[in-house]
Amino acid sequence: MSEDRSLARRVNCVVNGTAQAAEVSVRRTLADYLRQDLGLTGTHLGCEHGVCGACTVLVDGRAVRSCLMLAVQAEGCAVTTVEGIAPDVVTLHPLQTAFAKHHALQCGFCTPGMLTTLLEFLEEVPAPTAEEIRIVISGNLCRCTGYEPIVAATLEAAAVMRGGA
Amino acid sequence: MTGGTAFRDVPRLEDPPLLRGRARFVDDIRAAGGLHAAFLRSPFAHAAIRAIDASAARALPGVRLVLTAADLNPHLTETRLKVALPSPAFRQTLDRPVLASGEVVHVGEAVAIIVADDRYIAEDALSLIEVDYDPLDAVADCVAALADGAPTAHQGAPHNLVGDFTLGFGDPDAAFASAAVVVRETLSQHRGVAHSMECRGLVAIPDPIEDRLTVWSSTQTPHVARRMLCDILGLREDQVRVVTPDVGGGFGPKLVFYPEEAAVAAAARLLGRPVKWIEDRREHFIAATQERDQVWDVELAMDAEGRILGVRGEMIHDHGAWTARGLNVAYGAVSAMPLAYIVPAYRIRSRSAVTNKVPVTPIRGAGQPQGVFAMERLLDRAAQRLGLDRAEIRRRNLVPADRMPYATPLKTRGGMQVVLDSGDFPQCMAEALQRADWDGFRDRQEAARVQGRYLGIGVANYVEGTGRGPFEHVSVRLEPSGRIFVATGAAPMGQSTRTMLAQLVAEQLGGDMANVEVSAGDTATSPLGLGGFNSRQAVMAGTSAHVASIKVRDRVLQVAATLLEASEADLEIAGRAVRVTGTGMQVTLAEIARAAAGLPGFALPGGRAGIAAAEEVVIDPMTYANGSCVAEVEVDAGTGNIAITRLSFMHDCGRALHPRIVEGQVLGGIAHGIGNALFEWMGFDDQAQPVTTNLAEYLLMSATEMPHAISIGHLESPTPLNPLGIKGVGESGVIPVAAAIASAVEDALSPFDARMNRVPIAPHDVVAAMLGDAAR
Repeated sequence: MSEDRSLARRVNCVVNGTAQAAEVSVRRTLADYLRQDLGLTGTHLGCEHGVCGACTVLVDGRAVRSCLMLAVQAEGCAVTTVEGIAPDVVTLHPLQTAFAKHHALQCGFCTPGMLTTLLEFLEEVPAPTAEEIRIVISGNLCRCTGYEPIVAATLEAAAVMRGGA
Repeated sequence: MTGGTAFRDVPRLEDPPLLRGRARFVDDIRAAGGLHAAFLRSPFAHAAIRAIDASAARALPGVRLVLTAADLNPHLTETRLKVALPSPAFRQTLDRPVLASGEVVHVGEAVAIIVADDRYIAEDALSLIEVDYDPLDAVADCVAALADGAPTAHQGAPHNLVGDFTLGFGDPDAAFASAAVVVRETLSQHRGVAHSMECRGLVAIPDPIEDRLTVWSSTQTPHVARRMLCDILGLREDQVRVVTPDVGGGFGPKLVFYPEEAAVAAAARLLGRPVKWIEDRREHFIAATQERDQVWDVELAMDAEGRILGVRGEMIHDHGAWTARGLNVAYGAVSAMPLAYIVPAYRIRSRSAVTNKVPVTPIRGAGQPQGVFAMERLLDRAAQRLGLDRAEIRRRNLVPADRMPYATPLKTRGGMQVVLDSGDFPQCMAEALQRADWDGFRDRQEAARVQGRYLGIGVANYVEGTGRGPFEHVSVRLEPSGRIFVATGAAPMGQSTRTMLAQLVAEQLGGDMANVEVSAGDTATSPLGLGGFNSRQAVMAGTSAHVASIKVRDRVLQVAATLLEASEADLEIAGRAVRVTGTGMQVTLAEIARAAAGLPGFALPGGRAGIAAAEEVVIDPMTYANGSCVAEVEVDAGTGNIAITRLSFMHDCGRALHPRIVEGQVLGGIAHGIGNALFEWMGFDDQAQPVTTNLAEYLLMSATEMPHAISIGHLESPTPLNPLGIKGVGESGVIPVAAAIASAVEDALSPFDARMNRVPIAPHDVVAAMLGDAAR
């Protein structure tokens, strides 16, 4: 069924700054397109029903559950995944650096969704409170850390990002 | 000189790839020509299978293989998973089948496997298989399961009793006869799900040319998985490699070998093509093992001064439908109950009941939270009866520091005596109470009550058996490149195992962790391994790594001394070279490795070849960590909401190899414990049909539920049982939290004479308690 050509559409989008064009089954999720067709496996699937937030990516700057969005809906959009966060292969983004420093990741499976969710948030709220951070990541589940190290890392990253602006 | 990497907060090796999205979890592995599997699962908790018609599924384009038990079993040398840990307490053998045949005994049990070109097609095909089920009476409750005349969870079984043992010592009946105070309670903890953020999964890659099989699996026990696959598929160990990629959390259930692993591997061999199966979250709810359901009917005898005279009672443990591990959770619960205290007489009978629910195996804590809950609730009740402060009654009974090592009359499941090796339990509790301002609480409580607010405080102590032996394999080898290659049977699942081992190895071998390569959880690089569970890997693998590294260090210095024509006493390893102290003379690790690799016809430096050591340091006794948790809550009288306003946690896991990682383990455990106390409820209806099968119905802790005021403190009582003085920490945080929170909620609701005897405590339980609902 997914192989039925009549149920495929051409999709053009920009992923991490690179233009992508592909014929995609209409029922293929954005997550599967990114992971399987583009090999961007940094985006993780934790629940596939929109609750855990691990699959969060940025679509035109907005945090989106890529398990709940179809690839064809990304037509004309700019998508940023966790692979697109660091400025280069040597340097980490300040949020990534702060995550490592504060032990804000253990198994690391939820981390890509945490990072993308927080990047959108910090764009809007450059000087957040701890409570605002807790609320914004309340839609991202983590079983390892107990969350507070993520909050601490985000506070520090926000300060670094403000200072560097 | 040491490397300066152990016992400090070094950067984790795991972080950079995880942060960049360049880690490799099992679903990230793409094998050329790979196919995808999906499982048809039972929709009934108990039913007879009369017929299966898979013809329509087989006819769907893109479907490569459909196997029922009848199709699969002729290809297997063993059709059941024989995984039970031995115990004389078993009353039935319940080895589960790879695929259900004739009967299904829980919702989610695998009935057929479909392999297709992609997962979309495989899942389409699931709905095309027709199974003719004849529903049977289901056993949904572990207490009812043991009642006379109860229907049996398995057709033809004599009863639902799978395990029956009594753990005890002393003379409890005499203790109760002489007691000043006896308290008795019925207590329970409800079943929950592990919910690692990554579900289970594997990729089985057959190599038809060499007749080998590589299985990438998100497992905590790769060596067990290899042995099981060899048994089931009729292969030799050298034909099967099981290797763990990055594992996105384990928390217990991934230590189990599952039917899906066998079926996917078999399908891959039949097709001669790689097959991947990735569990989705709904499957995790109905097919990954679960834990915690226990019902305790226990009583505590005390003298007039509040000293424990004895404990006795019964516990019924929900075993689920099959034996997926053993009677270990029940045993762990009963043996954890008295551990923190001087208990002169003890007798608990534990019966494990078969139910038509997902099999039960350890989840972080592994029965210990339930045992601690039982003890701590009884102590609170006794304190009330005696008019003693709840901390004071504990103070009078905690095993004092001057009794260490304290030989309890208990035995482990392997028959070894339980000896508390070290620790200062009273000091630990005292520091937790101090952090919580326990003494100032009554004033806070009274001030709040005047405003119509209900505050409560509670305390709980625990002792955790860690470092389950008998060994873990670690080899350390200096490669000709100068790199240090470390291989271990330990299996990481997010606890920083690679960092931990690299710290210990670099500590002895130059201090450059970037020069240490760690291969963990790969049967190809470690001949032996037990894997990750029971807070054991730092203790067992860490000790083997430490001992092996010292041997490699000695050998490095021996060869270097020959090459430099210097005395070993004058040498030091710094970075990637060995130098003569105080001179410019040095030789690199690469040069040392190459010299030790030998040249044809030339003498070897030191008379031996290579620079390597492998260790399986055997440590049979467990080392006991301990801790104390104080929870302060505010209960909303209108909504029944429980807010944890302050949580103070003191713990002692001996020396901390990496303080930040230790703290992270404790904090993560605390979060899990709060979930157990207030949110996590895996529901089943009276036909054992699961009713919470997504993450909207089953509540996991999110960031907004974490208490803002969490204070974690550390005592360090080094254990004499290993040369590093370390104890396990992975499960510690979860163990006392539910007990402390229940105590605090009860305290907050003391004007209503509420009893908090089961967890999780939902808002409606609070409201019922405030309304004086005796039926709760």
